[in-house]
Amino acid sequence: MAISAEIFEKVQETLCEALSVDEDEVTEEATLVGDLGAESIDFLDIVFRLEKAFDIKVERGELFPEDIFTNDLYAQNNRLTAEGLAALRERLPFIDLTEFEKNPVVQEFSSRMTVADMCRFVEFKKS
Amino acid sequence: MRWYWIDRYTEFVRGTRATAVKCISLSEQHMHDHYKYFPIMPHSLVVEGVAQTGGLLINEFNECREKVVLAKLVKAVFNFEAIPGDVLTYRVEVQNISDTGASITATSHVGDKLHGEFEMMFAYLRSGVFADKELFTLEDYKHLLFNFHVYEVGVEADGVTPISLPECFKD
Repeated sequence: MAISAEIFEKVQETLCEALSVDEDEVTEEATLVGDLGAESIDFLDIVFRLEKAFDIKVERGELFPEDIFTNDLYAQNNRLTAEGLAALRERLPFIDLTEFEKNPVVQEFSSRMTVADMCRFVEFKKS
Repeated sequence: MRWYWIDRYTEFVRGTRATAVKCISLSEQHMHDHYKYFPIMPHSLVVEGVAQTGGLLINEFNECREKVVLAKLVKAVFNFEAIPGDVLTYRVEVQNISDTGASITATSHVGDKLHGEFEMMFAYLRSGVFADKELFTLEDYKHLLFNFHVYEVGVEADGVTPISLPECFKD
């Protein structure tokens, strides 16, 4: 699904401000952690800025569902179970989990999140 | 010695905004150790003072239930050095308070001159090595807020109603 240029530009601006990166680094494919150097506190900063930029309210766990990753039914030996993956898909329909599903190690989830995922999240929230 | 980098609040609007002052004295040890023979208020300690102004505002809003720590310095821009005899005025505006953290914007002034501009993020320590550790006792917090005159100048978010002592301090 194509991402709206208007949403991409605002997300790009948000990420440039929150992560002190250049505009040309913030491509749709760029991962927040690996490519843009986001750390855990940056995600809270990003959420605050997205709320302001798009006039949306993001509840705790909506973008980073910690409760799924810490639930023994959903995560065992540091990997999501089939039930965990199903719960994740239901909670985050806006994120493409194809790559993550191949090796669903808990810590890998946030490091795989891309700029495009953030844009789709905003589109999901505004729909 | 405690790491206090403000002297008192002059305005405290619950969970919204606050103003605090820091009087700079030549007798402070760091004036002589930071740059020898060139006593200035270190910018890092100004950042700490702004963080204390905002951090206690957020902590009081949460009725001291959270371990509020400075987690990210988004912006710190300084226009000149503050020197002994100056009174730094820190003005903090809360931008966001959520159940996972908070963000503020702030300025520092000497008189009417804009000394610095800041943006900061605060996190609540709930897991990891700090999960079971106490940063301050409730007694510490209580005296800290009294010594900083929070209950003399503090008002609720309506800007009028005097701030009340939280339940946890009433024992």
